[in-house]
Amino acid sequence: MDLNLTSEELQFRDELRSWLASNVPKDWNEWREKPIEESFPYLRAWQRKLQEGRWAAVSWPKEYAGRSATLMQQALFWEEMARVEAPPMANSLGLGLIGPTIIAYGTEAQKQRYIPKILSAEEIWCQGFSEPNAGSDLAGLQTQAVLHGDHYVVNGQKVWTSYGWVGDWCELVVRTDATAAKHKGLTVVLVDMKSPGVEVRPLRQMTGESEFNELFFRDVRVPAENVLGKVNDGWNVAMSTLMYERGSYGARLHLIFKRYITRLIELARNIQRNGRPAAQDPIIRQKLAQCSAEIEIMRFNQMRAFSRLTATGVPGPEGSIQKIFWSELNQRLQQIAQEILGSYGQLLAGDPRAIDNGMWSYAYLRTRGNTIEAGTSEVQRNIIGHFVLGLPRSY
Amino acid sequence: MQFGLSESQEFLKDSARKFFAGECPSAQMRRLMETDTAYDAALWSKLTDQGYTGIIFPEAYGGVGLGKVELMLLMEEAGRALLPGPFFATVVLAGSVLDSVCSPAHKQKYLAPICGGEARSTVAILESNASWNPRDIQLNAANGKLTGEKYFVSDAAIADFIIVVARNGVFVVNAKAPGLKISPMIAMDLTRKLYVVEFNNTPAEEIGAITGLARAFDVATAALSAELVGGMQRTLDITVEYAKTRKQFGKPIGTFQAVQHQCADMYLETESSRSAVYYAGWALEENSPDAAIAVSIAKMYASDAARTVGNRGIQIHGGMGFTWENDVHLYYRRAKGSETAFGDATFHRERIASMVIDAGGVAAKSA
Repeated sequence: MDLNLTSEELQFRDELRSWLASNVPKDWNEWREKPIEESFPYLRAWQRKLQEGRWAAVSWPKEYAGRSATLMQQALFWEEMARVEAPPMANSLGLGLIGPTIIAYGTEAQKQRYIPKILSAEEIWCQGFSEPNAGSDLAGLQTQAVLHGDHYVVNGQKVWTSYGWVGDWCELVVRTDATAAKHKGLTVVLVDMKSPGVEVRPLRQMTGESEFNELFFRDVRVPAENVLGKVNDGWNVAMSTLMYERGSYGARLHLIFKRYITRLIELARNIQRNGRPAAQDPIIRQKLAQCSAEIEIMRFNQMRAFSRLTATGVPGPEGSIQKIFWSELNQRLQQIAQEILGSYGQLLAGDPRAIDNGMWSYAYLRTRGNTIEAGTSEVQRNIIGHFVLGLPRSY
Repeated sequence: MQFGLSESQEFLKDSARKFFAGECPSAQMRRLMETDTAYDAALWSKLTDQGYTGIIFPEAYGGVGLGKVELMLLMEEAGRALLPGPFFATVVLAGSVLDSVCSPAHKQKYLAPICGGEARSTVAILESNASWNPRDIQLNAANGKLTGEKYFVSDAAIADFIIVVARNGVFVVNAKAPGLKISPMIAMDLTRKLYVVEFNNTPAEEIGAITGLARAFDVATAALSAELVGGMQRTLDITVEYAKTRKQFGKPIGTFQAVQHQCADMYLETESSRSAVYYAGWALEENSPDAAIAVSIAKMYASDAARTVGNRGIQIHGGMGFTWENDVHLYYRRAKGSETAFGDATFHRERIASMVIDAGGVAAKSA
């Protein structure tokens, strides 16, 4: 065990730090509150800049303009990005999930066709996985693809699609064999979102905004060469995408949560409770301390999981504890924020009396989604029960 | 950065696990807990042969000179076996106090016999107010003599000498000293006996100042948390095994999500405690500026988690979990004793609060 950074890790971090110091945009705060449709060109430009510095896809192999970064270096990348409050990249799904899947499963022609434009944010990618009747039970999905000569005809509906409204391409999971067992009849196809028959609708969520879309496919023609991996092997391809999702996401959360708790402590020093600052109220102190400690433990768990993954080479189902841990912790954190803010906690952005321009009321609502998106807490507990502890399958 | 065990650390942990499984299986543990002191001389000499009694102490005093992470691993395995007797009191607690507070001559006199397996010891800290805040200690030495009483002193009846924390210093009292009276407290954990220690004009040898204690108590607190992790792991293992074999409604109860999800939570709580404990061990070893807060994070989390893991383990066992012959309650009893020792979760949350809220963020600087 050695928690000091190695010289390679230090070099990686310092190179990134100095690059960020001279390249990270200074005006992101003016843009971040604007609707995403307005700020999207800004995010594309930021990604192009990162790509010019070869920082857009550090985890990718060097031959695909990545840096073959180790997991620890990837974690450092996200920490540094969070530290300077860098804007997100426009094509985050393409870079984080779909690109790596294409690199792993794609043909040479597919890699040459798609990878450069993922990197340059010229083509934005979205993911068509969940359906109205296939959420946790993803393998039960019904969107159908039927082969007609050299192309498939796709019919069906997808939901909870991030970046659907701006997506040029979609990694779509479809059923190609309705007679096979449910995991065995699936295929991943790459679909041009400008194809006739594709319709994108915004999905308004409980926070009032629309981060996600619904996608409708009516007789959409997809060339047979756009199959990613093997026909009817789509479950494995899709699962590999989800593994990337669980692998990289947690790394940036530590500093984000830390920023929350630091701000909350600052607020607690200035908000009066029972005639003294909330920061001196013993119960508030207990709760803030618990939260601070858990934020650190989240980071320790993450470092241990990364070390294990580096040693064994395979992302394990232990990633599931990370998902449960951060999502439930974020909810507890927002609950404490509400307790400290009291009546002010309910004020939304736009009310002149809202604290931090309504950030806390927004986060309180938004974090309810955390234990649902990217695999519900219940599904994560099933994964631990079955795959980690070896208990019999419950369904 | 490498937050996994090295080959030699894996080896140490693995051989400790095998050692305890061979020398202190459940039947032996149960036999010892029924005795007055839970001490077994033959087992102690085997612990000594393994080098465990001197694990973290300098070779100059007959120790092995390993680091705090190694101590965590050993204590984790001791906790898994629910090792009865004075190992924690003697080696981890008394040993660390001697190592931190006293002169080379006193180390030669008191620490060396601990390393060599010849002496048992303990540290008397709490008084009737049961406060872990050092400011609440009342006992004062006068003219080299102690008069007063200490509560919740583990394994005092088997100690050859007792280290006593007083307001004005750290003292050693010989077990045969005049005016010393040791009487058992009847407590939940049967494997680690607690005593009231009374002094009546009892001669005491001063060995150091109380300022050196914080560091020793941090090591002991982290090691106790490691022991809790081992207990949690054993409780989880027993429970998962039971959930796989116990059948109701025609299938193993582990098939039901109500059971499975509790097992998943036990796993999450155990692994998270382990991460916190290993980090604390590393921070202590490196003298990292966040070592004290890391220790409090580990003790806070593990104290609560050990109780919760025990609650879940007993519940999943159903009626079996409520019987005397099932080992789960023995771990649960130990967890209660260890939960309050060196401060419970509430105590450590306040300690964390004083560091992150009042001091403006020791933890924040470390990241």
